[in-house]
Parts: sequence; structure tokens; C-alpha cells
Amino acid sequence: MDWFLQQFINGLALGSIYALIALGYTMVYGVLRFINFAHSDVLMLGAFAAYFIAPAAASIFGPQSYFGAFMVIMMAALICAAIGVTIEYLAYRPLRKRPKLTVLITAIGVSLFIEFTCQHKAVFGAETKPFPKLLPEQDFLLGGLTVNSNDLLVPLVTIMLLAVLWFIVQKTKIGTAMRAVSYNEQAASLMGVNVNRVITFTFAIGSALAAVAGILYAMKSPGIEPLMGIQPGLRAFIAAVLGGIGNLPGAALGGLVLGLLETFAGGIPSLSNYRDGIAFAILILILLFKPTGLLGKAQTEKV
Amino acid sequence: MLEVNNLTVQYGAIKALHGISLRVSQGEIVTLIGSNGAGKSTALRAISGLVRSAEGHITFDGQPITNLASHEIVQRGISHVPEGRMIFANLTVQENLKMGAYLRRDSDGIAQTMDYVFATFPRLREREKQVAGTLSGGEQQMLAIGRALMGQPKFLMLDEPSLGIAPILVKTIFEKIVEINREQKITILLVEQNAHRALDISHRGYVIETGRVILHDESKSLRTNPQVKSAYLGG
Ligand SMILES: Nc1ncnc2c1ncn2[C@@H]1O[C@H](COP(=O)(O)OP(=O)(O)OP(=O)(O)O)[C@@H](O)[C@H]1O
Ligand SMILES: [Mg+2]
Repeated sequence: MDWFLQQFINGLALGSIYALIALGYTMVYGVLRFINFAHSDVLMLGAFAAYFIAPAAASIFGPQSYFGAFMVIMMAALICAAIGVTIEYLAYRPLRKRPKLTVLITAIGVSLFIEFTCQHKAVFGAETKPFPKLLPEQDFLLGGLTVNSNDLLVPLVTIMLLAVLWFIVQKTKIGTAMRAVSYNEQAASLMGVNVNRVITFTFAIGSALAAVAGILYAMKSPGIEPLMGIQPGLRAFIAAVLGGIGNLPGAALGGLVLGLLETFAGGIPSLSNYRDGIAFAILILILLFKPTGLLGKAQTEKV
Repeated sequence: MLEVNNLTVQYGAIKALHGISLRVSQGEIVTLIGSNGAGKSTALRAISGLVRSAEGHITFDGQPITNLASHEIVQRGISHVPEGRMIFANLTVQENLKMGAYLRRDSDGIAQTMDYVFATFPRLREREKQVAGTLSGGEQQMLAIGRALMGQPKFLMLDEPSLGIAPILVKTIFEKIVEINREQKITILLVEQNAHRALDISHRGYVIETGRVILHDESKSLRTNPQVKSAYLGG
């Protein structure tokens, strides 16, 4: 039972991070119908932004203060929002009327470009850097269970961000415009929606969420390096597909399911080497029976 | 009010419009008739900025609007109810109507216009909270027109509002078009396959064939024109 709870908490924390990243993939897919492969690099850049801002924040707000950590995360989120918007503007917007395959290949190109530029000595360098402690970290003893305070914090932050996102998408004007663009871009523009602005907004939100996810992921990792986004990025992409690509609650659910599967499979000693294999086998099974994903509906063709 | 001069539109290598010219004055209902593939929808799409025009000029209220982005054209008071209605099937009836008022900031005014739309199409009020994808074809058409009215346009373009609708509803829709024109003082450009009804309610008409205007006149003259009668009015 303890083992089960322990794995559950770990899985929830990991799954929350996947969920935050998956939202970015699914939001961009919703408005533009392609997979932004550079999304995984935005989360890496978020971690690096925090890495460089953290010392300054520590000297102003004191080391490992909650407010300092909040400021670091906000700044990194803003920086990544700007980066995401710039990537869309420079790389994807000129190709808006081209076949989706062209844009997809461009996205892979952008991703490789960021990764290898950042690996250069003059930028971040390829070696792993220790990620600064942003928060006072504590291990609780809950019953027979050791719970790390960060592992509790991660799902809490995720739930908060999900609530904010839900409010934006369902209740605000720009959110309704996003849903309208996602359903039919031409019809939305006939209502007076500036489609480019909605797309910019989508990239900004998705990239800001990726920055937060990148920082949370870095806090759990031994260190950060320019290729650190690939693993969680790929998982999150799969989570988005699992949940039903284009569907926001689906992405969140898919992330949680994948995080839990991976953690439980990894926690059984005789299976731990096969944890990815098991997680993906279950994924393939789910998609065999429900090709549109857990919450996905059959997509009506975009006009 | 609207002036189109020598408008040419190309889809890739295919020329859909070969330099058409037309004029709509304030307060009029003008209709475009023509058979399938003549280029009627393309003309509306060029006016509302959904397709680029290769040549020609479009002016609205004396201002050039050629090749502006669609959202800028809406802002000037042109609403386009496109072919196939294009309602947001994933949003509720109310959300669809609110999308129609996207550029407006006056929430009192928006509520008033919504009341007017509900008074015009009572069926929509009954379905207010329903997801629009579950509406019948006729209800979706009412929603598409209502949504366009929400923006308080000066100029309304309707692309085949009677297509795929039960005959009794067709009569209602045409009555509403006249009502909108008379009572709201909205100028209307109407594309229709149902040439009978279109010529009945319009002031003037243009006949388009393979991307060219071949005839234009007062609607009452077009109704008795032998060429129009044999091609579009079934003898
Ligand atoms: N997106 C497109 N790509 C290529 N060709 C197109 C496209 N849209 C329309 N066309 C072509 O342009 C011509 C005019 O089409 P349009 O839709 O304007 O005709 P229409 O008069 O509205 O016909 P209908 O009464 O059937 O609606 C047709 O030959 C059509 O095949
Ligand atoms: Mg047409």
C-alpha cells in the first residue's frame, strides 16, 4: 500500500509536468493543425532562463524563497512566451498556406537548430549543469511514506495553471476566438477575429506553460543541458495524442496517465528496464481501440 | 455603397472570375444569379477578403478594400454569411452569436441586438444554450444570419441562404431578408440558385456565367427576360 501511494505521488508529479507540456502541443495543433516539434526546446530554454535568473533572484529576495522562485518562474515564462511567438513569426507564419508536411519538417529543423546552437561552447555548452535550488525542499514522513515537498508542489502548480487556462479558453473573448479559429479559421476571420493575433496568443500561452514545465522538470533532474527537452517533449507529445490531439482536457489527462504508467512500470524492479516499453505498449493498445484518443472526437475536416 | 471593378480571381491556374464589375447602392437588395461554378461565391469571397483578387478594385463607401484582411473588412461594416453557413458547431448558439459581435465593445448594445435576433428568429432563443452542431439545417442558417446581424453590418452578403432547407423555411428566410433590409436599413447582396425567389425580393440582379457578368438589369425586367427565363426560371 505504501509502495503504491509512493509511486502514485511520484507518477502524479511526473504526469503533471507531461500535462503542462502536452497542452502546448495540443493548443498549437488546435489552431494550426501541425505538431510544433520545437516545443520541447522551448521547455529547455525555460529551464536555462531560470538557471541564469535564479542567482539574481536569490540575491534580491534571499536564497530559496517562495516569492523569489515565483519571480524566476514568471520571468522564464515571459521569456519563453516571447521565444515561442518569435519562432511562430519567423519560421511558421511564412509557410501558413503551404502543405502541413512542409511546416512539420520546418518545425523539426527549428528544433535541431535550437538544440545544436545551444550546445555550442559560446552558448550553453553541451555539458550538464547543476540546476539551482529554487525552493526550500523538505522530505515529509507521511505514515511510512517519504514525500518530497516539490513532488506535492508540482501537481498543485499544475492544477492552478489548468484552472487559469480553462478560464481563459472558456470564459474570455480571446479564448472563445481561439475555439472559433480552431473550429474554422475562415469563419472566425469573418467575425472580425484577427487570426494572426489568436495564433500569436496561442504560442505565447503554450510556451509559457512549457517554461514552467521545464523548470519543474529541471528541479527533479540531476541537471540541465540543451537536449534535456527531448525526453519529456516526446512523452508529452504522446500524451497529447493519447488524450486526443487538439483536446485540452485530453492533453492534461494523457499526461497524467502516461506519467503514472511510466512510474508504476519503473517501480517494479523486474520491470524497471522495460518501463518505456510497457508504457508505450499500453499506449498503442489504447489507440488501437480508440484511435482519436481518450477524449478526442472524430475531427470534422477543416474547411 | 459597394463598387467592384474588373475583378479577377484565380485559384492556382484556374481563373474563376474574368474581370467582373458590379455596383450596389445604399438600401438595395441586389442578387447574383448563375449556375453551378459560375463564380458567384468567389465574388463574395473576394469582397470579404477570403480570397485574393489578382486584378481589379473593390471600394466600399468610397474607400478601397481590395485585398484587405477579412477582419479589417468586417470592421468596415461588411458581413458575409458564407456558403455552407460555417457556424461554429463546437460552440453554443449563444456563443456563436457573441462571436458575431466580436468587434463590438458595447455590452448593452450587444444584448439589444441579440434580443432583436431572437425576435427575428424565435427558434434560436429556444436553442440558446444548445451546441450549434445539433441544430437542423434551417436553424443553422438562421443562426448564420443572426450571427452576421450581431455585428450590426451596413452591408450583408448572403450566399445561398435557401440551400438544403425545407420549403416552408425557405419562405420564412426570404421574408426575413426583406424585413432586415427594410427595417434595419441593411443593404444586401444575395447569391441564389433559387432565381425565382431571389428576383422576387431584389431590386436589381446580375447574371453571371463562367466568371463573367453577361446581363444586369432591374429584377422585374430580368424576370421577363427570355434568356433568363429559359436558363434560370425553368422556361
Ligand atoms: N478553392 C478552390 N480551388 C480551386 N478552384 C475553385 C475553388 N473554389 C472554387 N473553385 C472553382 O471556381 C469556379 C467558381 O466557383 P464558385 O464556388 O465561385 O461558383 P458558384 O457560382 O458559387 O457555384 P455554386 O452555385 O455551385 O455554389 C468553379 O469552377 C470552381 O470549381
Ligand atoms: Mg457558390
